[in-house]
Amino acid sequence: MRQDDFYRLFDTLQDGLRGDEVLFAGLDAERSDFVRLNENRVRQAGSVDSAGLGLTLIDGGRQVEGGCQLGGNADADLAQARALLGQLRERIAHVPDDPYLNYSTAPATSERSIDADLPATVDAIGALTDLAAGLDLVGIWAAGAVVEALASSIGHRHWHASKSFNLDWSCYLDRDKAVKASYSGFDWDPGQLRHKVNQQRAELYVLGRAEHRIEPGRYRAYLAPAALAELMDLLAWGGFGLRDHRTRQTPLLQLATGEKQLSPKLTIIEEHQRGLAAGFTDEGFTKPDQVKLIEEGWYQDCLTDARSAKEYDAVVNAAAEYPESLAIAPGELAGGDALRQLDTGILIGNLWYCNWSDRNACRMTGMTRFGTFWVENGEPVAPLAVMRFDDSLYHLLGDRLEGLTAERELRLSAETYDGRGTDSALLPGALVTGIDLAL
Amino acid sequence: MTTPATTATDEPRAIARRFADRAPACDYWTLRLVDQTHEGLVVRDDVPEPSSIGTGRGAMVTVVVDGGLGYAATADLSATGLAAAAGRAVEAAALHARLGLFDAHLFPRSSARIEYRSPVQQPWAQMTLADKLGLLSDACARMELGERIVERAAWLGHRRVQQLLVSSDGAEIAQTFEYVASGLAATAHIAGQTQTRTGGGADRPGQGGLERLATAALLDDAGRVAGEAIALCEAPECPSGRMDLLLLPSQMTLQVHESIGHPLELDRILGDERNYAGLSFVTPDMFGTYRYGSSLLNVTFDPTVPGELASYAADDEGTPARRVHLIRDGILERPLGGELSQRRARLSGSACARACDWDRPAIDRMANINLEPNEEGLDEMIARVERGVLMDTNRSWSIDDSRNKFQFGCQLGRLIEDGELTGLVRNPGYRGISERFWRSLDGVGGRETLEVRGVQNCGKGEPNQSVYVGHASPPCLFRDIEVFGGGL
Repeated sequence: MRQDDFYRLFDTLQDGLRGDEVLFAGLDAERSDFVRLNENRVRQAGSVDSAGLGLTLIDGGRQVEGGCQLGGNADADLAQARALLGQLRERIAHVPDDPYLNYSTAPATSERSIDADLPATVDAIGALTDLAAGLDLVGIWAAGAVVEALASSIGHRHWHASKSFNLDWSCYLDRDKAVKASYSGFDWDPGQLRHKVNQQRAELYVLGRAEHRIEPGRYRAYLAPAALAELMDLLAWGGFGLRDHRTRQTPLLQLATGEKQLSPKLTIIEEHQRGLAAGFTDEGFTKPDQVKLIEEGWYQDCLTDARSAKEYDAVVNAAAEYPESLAIAPGELAGGDALRQLDTGILIGNLWYCNWSDRNACRMTGMTRFGTFWVENGEPVAPLAVMRFDDSLYHLLGDRLEGLTAERELRLSAETYDGRGTDSALLPGALVTGIDLAL
Repeated sequence: MTTPATTATDEPRAIARRFADRAPACDYWTLRLVDQTHEGLVVRDDVPEPSSIGTGRGAMVTVVVDGGLGYAATADLSATGLAAAAGRAVEAAALHARLGLFDAHLFPRSSARIEYRSPVQQPWAQMTLADKLGLLSDACARMELGERIVERAAWLGHRRVQQLLVSSDGAEIAQTFEYVASGLAATAHIAGQTQTRTGGGADRPGQGGLERLATAALLDDAGRVAGEAIALCEAPECPSGRMDLLLLPSQMTLQVHESIGHPLELDRILGDERNYAGLSFVTPDMFGTYRYGSSLLNVTFDPTVPGELASYAADDEGTPARRVHLIRDGILERPLGGELSQRRARLSGSACARACDWDRPAIDRMANINLEPNEEGLDEMIARVERGVLMDTNRSWSIDDSRNKFQFGCQLGRLIEDGELTGLVRNPGYRGISERFWRSLDGVGGRETLEVRGVQNCGKGEPNQSVYVGHASPPCLFRDIEVFGGGL
């Protein structure tokens, strides 16, 4: 949906507001091509064109929310939106005042459009399958335009649009032996894709060696940025939200109360200014440039959405109470030295299916997956059979964190459950003196 | 509940006719129209959260043309919009024709004419919004047991999905699914320990109407939920070591889901999911001979159970659905795979090609995967345990990409000593390996102990899809399992 069309739809809609009604309208739209691959061939190819409209009607201290799909025809879309507004108006009389109603009363505008030089899907898939000839490649190509927008009867007008591609794939050697890569961004460069595929071919060479098996126990390990991303994704589930802290459900409760400290090497920041996710909230608040969550091992600030801000008398600093643009500050370990410093231990290329063993102890479990090797004398010597870890972040990012790499990797989310995601994370690798493997 | 096709609502049929009139020249096409409404209500700490309603209408066009298979999804249901989507589907099919993994003519053709409706005794609209909020407020208030309770929530939701699948071969499958789900959650905090307990139907979603609230018992369950949250904070940690494990249906749901349902998905076995959800330790040669579990293990794919979460008459490829055994007397019989996957793998499967909504293509999914009851009572199983733990309600789940090495955690545990239930324990968990775990199955509850449950967030696929899946199971007893508790 185009910017003018959305604002025109909203203007017409707000003309019908009555009395002191306030209306917020959000738009989440995408036009995406998706191509699934298996065995370096196309499994499923198609496209999705969607535009979801969300309305929040406020009248005095009451509010109700609703959503509908827009098809792109101006008259039909207006009729849909008007029908939804009518339903909301009927409902609002039956709900009580909301003590935590909180929205921006200051009109604000913003516009950010990230254009991209996207290849035709057929060309991108052709290039990939040519480069990966002979490889058992499996993965997904997702590309196209994504829009997040907001308009309100107070005067908010925010538009955040981007075109991007996200190629996320892995190459299999046998059964669960595989290496994973991703290539995502805004400007397509076949040279970069060639480099990544060639790198995978080299990794597959080591993966072809006899599998190394180890017993459960504690091992030195280097966690690549992709592995650290999995730990951060789980920590995002209740770790940083103000509500989770105030209701004492955060797995970082002992850190927040000062009973425990993480490593002084660890600083975690929510970097809104990265600009890949929208810079505004559904309630019209503008996100700050950044929020320091953990600084040199001590807890600093929480992510606070509009509702929690009202409930706990805090300032809104996030659209939702989980990171969208997380960063871990770089360390001093040169990326090239990480394995040399590891010496003997495990190179964990990726982790998988993490979940909490005991939130009170910030203890989590998960599996090694993709590109995990046994390392001797700083060199990967053999692939490792998949292992389950069960350990606390108070150890892994606390007393057992030996160093973080100076180089960081920007990882764009490949998640598409609620449309193509705009989350990202900027992460180093982490060297730990020990990770507990349980199975 | 399946009956011969009678009438779908007029509008979807009119849309389908408009599409058919301008359908692209191709070997085969399907149009799947989805029209859904939903409503969600939550009361948290006695304050109603903003109530939400929503509608979503859209169409998925699938074409087989010139040896390729392609799809396009659109919310523009005008004749022009659908024609444009068909054009995009033809373009996608051209890419598949050039670089496809399989011959597009393996895609199943459907001419089925079926209608299905969820069994609804008391329509959602029969209760006013104020009454619904009043019920939730009362339930929330009953969980207020003092300052040790740090958060309370009660919720109620409704979703209605009308789907019409038509094809160029004359298929017309009209299905209306209706779901009512409710739940309670209370979180307690005492001396550095936080524990959450759920109830009120929280892990028992199903098809139906407001009559489902009678079994959810929101008001009657509230005190138990909050009381157990407090008791768990004060309970000792679950012991660690190898011992017997008695899983209630509230945990068997997850155990069946992760270590039987997912490993048997044929698209995993075919490798489609390896980049995301993973593969399977199960290989095609195992079907018909592999001992998956003890002889007590009988598992069915059963989309015919009235009111179970994933009951339906036909899948989203248009294949009529029927009950089949996946595992019989412990021996693996067949995978979970729709017609397309069956043809690719040359294996018999089940009608389970499903999409989560109009904007996603069908892939192999679980539907209702049920562990069939045996004859033993819960007390009889407890009496056979010398040292073990009973575990109730899943709260943590993790399993490897081959669906083999798993670790699960539960909300509540109770020690079993010398054949009797004794004390409460907190943070109970256990780990194992699927291909060995089910062979340690030593007790399966009788029909009177069977509970029909399900999960509403089964994620899989690229692009990602989250679907509803039903699971019915009695309590089950496993011998000599690695059990553990919490702490650093």
